Amino acid sequence: MLELSGVTAGYGHFTALWDVSLRVAEGEAVAVVGPNGAGKTTLLRVISGLIAPRSGGIVFEGAELAGHAAHDIVAHGIAHVPEGRRLFPGLTVVENLKMGAFRPSARARYRESLERVYTLFPVLAERQKQRAGSLSGGEQQMLAIGRALMSQPKIILLDEPSLGLAPVMVLRVFDLIRRVREEGYTILVVEQNVRQVLKLVDRAYLLEVGRIKMEGRAAELAEQDFVRKAYLGV
Amino acid sequence: MDPIFLVEAAINGILLGGVLALLALGLNLIFGVLDIVWVAYVDLVMVCMYAVYFFNVAFGWPIWAAGLVSLAAGALLGVAVHLLIISPILTSAPINQFLATGGLLFFLQSAATFLWTTDHRTVRLNLPSYEIAGIFLPATRIIPFAISILAVIALYLFLTRTYIGTAIRAVSQDRDAMSLMGASPQRIYIVTSAVGGLMAGLAGALLIFQYSVHPFFGGQFGPLTFMICVLGGLGNMVGAFIASFIMSEIIAIGGVVISTEMGYVIAFVIFIVMMFVRPGGILAKRE
Amino acid sequence: MSRGRLLRGALLAVLLVAPFVPMGGVRQYVLHVAIQIFIWSFIGQAWSLMGRFGLVSLGHGAFLGVGAYTTTLLWNFYSLTPWIGALLAVAAAVAIAVVLGIPCFRFRVVGHYFALVTLAVGEVIRLLIIAERDWTGGSLGASLKTAGTASGLWTLQFADKRVFYYASLGMFLAGLWVWDRVDRSMARSALQAIGEDETAAASVGIHVTRFKLGITVVSAALTALGGVLYAQYISYVNPDTLSGIGVSLKIVFAVVLGGMYSLMGPLVGTALTTALSEGLRIAFGLKFLGMADTIYGLLLIIFIIFLPSGIYGSIRNAIRRRSGASKTAPA
Repeated sequence: MLELSGVTAGYGHFTALWDVSLRVAEGEAVAVVGPNGAGKTTLLRVISGLIAPRSGGIVFEGAELAGHAAHDIVAHGIAHVPEGRRLFPGLTVVENLKMGAFRPSARARYRESLERVYTLFPVLAERQKQRAGSLSGGEQQMLAIGRALMSQPKIILLDEPSLGLAPVMVLRVFDLIRRVREEGYTILVVEQNVRQVLKLVDRAYLLEVGRIKMEGRAAELAEQDFVRKAYLGV
Repeated sequence: MDPIFLVEAAINGILLGGVLALLALGLNLIFGVLDIVWVAYVDLVMVCMYAVYFFNVAFGWPIWAAGLVSLAAGALLGVAVHLLIISPILTSAPINQFLATGGLLFFLQSAATFLWTTDHRTVRLNLPSYEIAGIFLPATRIIPFAISILAVIALYLFLTRTYIGTAIRAVSQDRDAMSLMGASPQRIYIVTSAVGGLMAGLAGALLIFQYSVHPFFGGQFGPLTFMICVLGGLGNMVGAFIASFIMSEIIAIGGVVISTEMGYVIAFVIFIVMMFVRPGGILAKRE
Repeated sequence: MSRGRLLRGALLAVLLVAPFVPMGGVRQYVLHVAIQIFIWSFIGQAWSLMGRFGLVSLGHGAFLGVGAYTTTLLWNFYSLTPWIGALLAVAAAVAIAVVLGIPCFRFRVVGHYFALVTLAVGEVIRLLIIAERDWTGGSLGASLKTAGTASGLWTLQFADKRVFYYASLGMFLAGLWVWDRVDRSMARSALQAIGEDETAAASVGIHVTRFKLGITVVSAALTALGGVLYAQYISYVNPDTLSGIGVSLKIVFAVVLGGMYSLMGPLVGTALTTALSEGLRIAFGLKFLGMADTIYGLLLIIFIIFLPSGIYGSIRNAIRRRSGASKTAPA
């Protein structure tokens, strides 16, 4: 469904990604793990169009997306839950969700999508009229994911969903992502919390200093000795 | 001094505040979304005032029709300014942005001088004046006030009840996130500029009730509008609304107690002082 | 670079001798334009001392107006020599800068807010001048009382334009010297650090408020002096030409168009904008009132859109690109 080939990208003089290639098949859940500063966030921003790649191709369902503007890429069905959630703090929960369905095709199915999100995340239904800025960390993450779901996406990009959350919330969030995954959505998640995310996904890539160092089935990766030592603290 | 003058001044202050609020909200709307101060905003108002003048006095249209022309002119000018001047400098340094709209200010003032000379133009409206308990309230002040309050309510409804209005609020809070929702920033900017221009057009139509128009009208109300916006907190709509009335009250009462110009001076000085007390604007949370 | 030195020396020599070169009836006009360029370049230079460090002021008209009006009014009413008047004018401008600067910098009023606060100050001065029309003359302005037979150095009034020419040239060169001194000083590095990241600068022990205040005071003082000389030369002061947003924007325009970060930037920009406005005025004359300024405004807009780094900056960028992309280390 999504395929990156030889993508190189960065900011100004700085190159964050070097010749990155990866694939996500329909219905899969794939993780990209790696240490801080590896370029994981850059990777997602390149896919969703916030940054244009310097070279390389990004193909989604047969369409070449590299260099397109972010708002066009969303129209293809890619939803990006950014690092730090990036909710609209002054808007209410329901208004945030509304914004998620901005695209005309999503807007037409607004009611339906809203019902779905409220079923998945009942807390959001309770706090409909509450300002997004006043929600707790876990609730904000739910809202961010819910907002992405409103756009009727074909693939969801999740950037460090566990960031800044208390350990209990982290488990809950991954649980929610699992539920979203069970609804049939294709997911690409980048995470620092390797242990939790490897339990959740089918395959994973290891990104270090802007390059893909390893890839494989999640279970296999978890078994790798040096992964265990470096990231799982074993 | 007869207290009745103070009360009258206070009421006039409120009436003026309504129209000032339109100016401040329009400017703030654009700033909140685009992060750019349209230095030439009130000069756009000036152009719209001329439009009302010409359609009403020269072409003989009824005043409300001329007012509608002003609205349309404002919206069109807003979009034009955005496409021609703002779009190219969206990512430039703030100083260049000030200079670009500053250049527009010179351009509009000079073009107006060239086209219409420096003569003051007024629209002659025969409207009654009402007396309540010894206070004179001319309709030329009441009607603009009433309309401006309606417009502010309409703006509020637009921003909170409509899709695009909510999107505009969203963009002012997080621009990148909104493009991730599939919203083209350019399109939202254009709508915002059109609405901002529309408000300028409306303000122009209301100001011509009480003031004569001339090419340097922007000099009268421009700086005041900026002060109001900053006082209320740049980008803060509620703050701008409140600040409009604070400033207009100071001007009105200062004008009656000392002199018209000193009223403005006092207002500006208070503004400067407020900046030190509350650098983020009156509604900003204390750090 | 001795070639550069030679060039500059030659240029200076030319400037010094220019007023005596025969040029027929045009001399008075040429001198007039040259004086304007020198004075406004000096003022622009003063502004750029703040502007280049990120302290964008849109209210330098305040200092200009205070400078010009102080000497003019003190002379008109008390026959006080402009020399002392100038000292008082500088003191007044510095006072405003301090009163404005201390709270601004202590409370971190920066960026758009700072620009608009300075705009307010400029407008306050303009409105005050207009409000106190009894002794300032209000919107109609005030003429400098002629010294008549007492014209000369003490009263700073000269019948011969050439004296003003040398005075303004001297002032301009002094301004260059000040700019250069600041550029070479420790203050410059401190201010650049502050301009890039105030918090970081403060955390390494740079006294942010003190530096910002210092440069603001210098800028204000010099601007006021520029206003003094201008008033003495033109012999007429007016609130709209010497205070308020209009003149403040014009100063900023000239500097940014020339190049805010270079020594000669203000001169280049001022010369360009002066030549432009004079040229337009000659072309259109009194035939179409306002047409000249309309085109001027239009050109300013076009310039700022297409030459965002000013002339100097654009030339420098072009040269840099020509000599090949530099291999800079990653950020």
